[in-house]
Amino acid sequence: MSMNMLTPAFTVQRNPERCIRCGVCINQCANEVHHMEEDSWMWVEEERCVGCQRCGVLCPTHALTITEFPLHFRSNHHWSSAHIREIYAQSQTGGVLLTGMGNPRSYLSYFDHLLLNASQVTNPSIDPLREPMELTTYLGNKDSGKPDQHKPQLQLKVPIMFSAMSYGAVSLNVQKSLAQAAQQIGTMWNTGEGGLHADLREYSAHTIVQVASGRFGVNPDYLEAAAAVEIKIGQGAKPGIGGHLPGEKVTRDVAQTRMIPAWSDAISPAPHHDIYSIEDLAQLIETLQVATRYTKPIAVKVAAVHNIAAIASGIVRAGADIVVIDGFRGATGAAPMRIRDNTGIPIEMALAQVNQRLLDEGIRQQASLVAAGGIRSSADVIKAIILGADAVYIGTAALIALGCHMCQSCFTGRCNWGIATTDPGLSKRLNPHKGAVMAGNLLTAWEHEIKEMMGGMGINSVDSLRGNHLMLRGIGLERHELELLGVLAAGE
Amino acid sequence: MLQREGEVRIPSGCAIAGIINRQGERFNGSDIIASIANMHQRSNGLGGGFAAYGIYPEYQDYYALHIYYDDEIARQQTEKYLNQNFRIVVNELLPLRPLRKIVDPPLIWRYFVLPREEKLMLSHLSEDDFVFRAVMWINDSQLGAFVASSGKNMAVFKGVGYPEDIGEFFRLEDYHAYLWTAHGRFPTNTPGWWGGAHPFTLLNWAVVHNGEISSYYTNRRFLEMYGYKCSLQTDTEVIAYIFDFLMRKQELSLAETLDVIAAPFWDSIQEKAQISLRRQYGALLLNGPFSIIVATGNGLIAVNDRIKLRPLVAATRNDYLYVASEESAIRVVAPVVDRVWTPGGGEPVIGLLNDRAGLLPDGEQEQSISA
Amino acid sequence: MIVKVVCSAEYCLGCGLCRIHCAAGHDGYNNSILKAYQRGTPRPRADLVYDQDRSWLNTCQHCPDAPCMNGCITGALQQDEQGVIYVDEEFCVSCYTCIMLCPYGHIHVGPQAVHKCDLCRGRSGQPACVDACPNGALRLIDEGESLCSM
Repeated sequence: MSMNMLTPAFTVQRNPERCIRCGVCINQCANEVHHMEEDSWMWVEEERCVGCQRCGVLCPTHALTITEFPLHFRSNHHWSSAHIREIYAQSQTGGVLLTGMGNPRSYLSYFDHLLLNASQVTNPSIDPLREPMELTTYLGNKDSGKPDQHKPQLQLKVPIMFSAMSYGAVSLNVQKSLAQAAQQIGTMWNTGEGGLHADLREYSAHTIVQVASGRFGVNPDYLEAAAAVEIKIGQGAKPGIGGHLPGEKVTRDVAQTRMIPAWSDAISPAPHHDIYSIEDLAQLIETLQVATRYTKPIAVKVAAVHNIAAIASGIVRAGADIVVIDGFRGATGAAPMRIRDNTGIPIEMALAQVNQRLLDEGIRQQASLVAAGGIRSSADVIKAIILGADAVYIGTAALIALGCHMCQSCFTGRCNWGIATTDPGLSKRLNPHKGAVMAGNLLTAWEHEIKEMMGGMGINSVDSLRGNHLMLRGIGLERHELELLGVLAAGE
Repeated sequence: MLQREGEVRIPSGCAIAGIINRQGERFNGSDIIASIANMHQRSNGLGGGFAAYGIYPEYQDYYALHIYYDDEIARQQTEKYLNQNFRIVVNELLPLRPLRKIVDPPLIWRYFVLPREEKLMLSHLSEDDFVFRAVMWINDSQLGAFVASSGKNMAVFKGVGYPEDIGEFFRLEDYHAYLWTAHGRFPTNTPGWWGGAHPFTLLNWAVVHNGEISSYYTNRRFLEMYGYKCSLQTDTEVIAYIFDFLMRKQELSLAETLDVIAAPFWDSIQEKAQISLRRQYGALLLNGPFSIIVATGNGLIAVNDRIKLRPLVAATRNDYLYVASEESAIRVVAPVVDRVWTPGGGEPVIGLLNDRAGLLPDGEQEQSISA
Repeated sequence: MIVKVVCSAEYCLGCGLCRIHCAAGHDGYNNSILKAYQRGTPRPRADLVYDQDRSWLNTCQHCPDAPCMNGCITGALQQDEQGVIYVDEEFCVSCYTCIMLCPYGHIHVGPQAVHKCDLCRGRSGQPACVDACPNGALRLIDEGESLCSM
């Protein structure tokens, strides 16, 4: 029978004048799109193409063009081609639509509607090439009275950390790249909920380990080998549900690190089954504090949802040293598409509201705020800090630095860039030595850009940038949005 | 539409000056007026003011409130509030010399008060905190009324005009103080409101400030957590509150306070205690160019931002210590001095009354004050 | 001084881009891959070796006291001050003694002369294969450098 109503998503065009039949596209496509016969005739199976551009990037003569398959529906603003195709897929499979990476829909990005200040006349700008420009940041509870009674702190040389991406969702080489870069630059990386592989122990001074609802890999050694422990309640990509690692990606090594059987789906429960209310969270925080002998900050990560200000306030009062808020643009290795695209709120709004609430309640000093979820550039970082964050987490940006092309096929385990895969043949495509350099370069570049922007504002320490809303103006925003963000409009 | 102080943030450039006689000998206001008048071009006539310490010896145990009123109604309402909460032993109009150059002054009244016993007891506050709250309330909620100063045996005289004209208007030659500070303003907007001029005071603190603080909003939001209402939206207000918070509420020493507001760079911090301080109070770091003179009953502290973006010069002659934005402003009142120097970024100049020198640990005394 | 390009089998993807750029960088093609492959005869100087799921580039080791150089009957095979063993085509008579003498098969037959890896002597910067590797599997190493530091 079957007629597949899902025509290819991408079309692969080969320029015959440039193709030299070298076969790189064939051996580099894990989806087996390209083929060559013995007489050197080449052909493509376009329906397999996911648009990852591996072949296009590696083709030595740039003979390949990958574009969206030009089979257009009649123009319809309500029924986009995506909506239509998604129904075809579901009518043919009866399944939940899975996807990877972060929410791609055209919701407003508030970062793109916020403008920075610069000093003119009444206040000199500071020259970052000639004057010290300080980005050193400490994360932890700063409200403990006498300085010698301070609670444990994390020291960051730059206010940017690598976000939680579990071994299994990404390859070990990705984690090695990020861990090494974090150590080199002087910041932190996060294990995600997949446990901590033995090869990564040497980076423990820069490692934040995650305790998520599945408690994968959580044992005393795990907590010992960390600079901080993060309780993951939720993530921006899929608020309300737990992590999902498809069985195809659970190799023996992944299984061992997570302490689960190989090749079985690793599905984290939706809630922590020992946290059904805020007081239960307080218990878990204290348990972890006791288990780590009060020497490490305990963080709690939540997705940005509607009642986030009250939730964050509760988390601080429950004893967390760091509160991580993940906005709706946060990415994932696998999530149901509908949850990823329709749940949660923007990090900009969440951050402004949480910061204001903690200030209003007089408890802002008790915990540091970390913002995550679609931070794309150093400008986003600086705006997040101005809105109240102590630091940011980057996930998608870090993977893009390692070669990710945002094709959203992470859940298949066939990532051509060696990133979102555990297949050894594919994982080797990311050389961690190179990866560490690329990730480190990204942080270095952003560090310099942040210093330039700060200097322009006449500020030489990130301490004076935090929560300094007067340094932002909104453009193209409604009055209520400006009020929620706590910024004036450009011209005011 | 021009808005006034408190409705909008008005940055300003300025001139500052201060004179203290460390023996406690009192002298009249002509010297400080001459000093600030010498820096006439640093102002634009839209604000000037003075703080004076030791001027009310016969009422030295009472809080001296100088209050500005837009009209009689404001005065009556405020005095009703004052009567409810304070025992008022004197209330009178401040003696003034009308000048053509000083246009539309508000009604300026002076009161010597103490908190009412029963009210104080019920509030469970210290006397200082009681007065602090009352001042916050009047400035924030009472329309048309503004408390210019609320300390003991000190007061602030300020308004819209060149500082030397303001000095003449308030008849400062009739007052005798052991410590004077002065300020001339160059705001980049036209406030037209007397309460907006400097110095800014809180209890016995009086702050004059030259520069613009780019960390203003960060500082402000931290302070608001502890009950400080930054209703004037000026940098100077925030500086005064920071000193009050760190030194009076948190009981930090002067050295620790300076380690917060003009914190040493991370790369050069040696002491663990300094790291802890900076970490805990990072939100109170003052960023941006500033030179400030903070005065209390014990003396004055003058300091620059840590990369010295504003001028400040100091000099001594016998028992007198002078500080000013320019050396000429010192030379005009003291042509011959024992020593003159320019402090570096973040290095304080501290001039305390000789009998209060014990407030500083010995080491600091040596390095910070000459002679 | 021992110099050579070494390949880490851990990161080699077997994609062959190294050989493509090697061929384009020699024989007068002036780094134009199209010229070498569309209109010319590309001659990569090294071969890819495959073994189960691993691969690596088998490159000339520029041996000290090299058998190929010792056996060359015309002196066409020379070793320069850097230690690179190269073919001076003017003197090669295609006797193929060197090809038989090299235990690893690093020398190949060519139309006018034999050809072998010359560590891209005429090119500034790194050898073409090292630059071309998309995964950093190739490295030019100097005497004294530890291979383990890859």
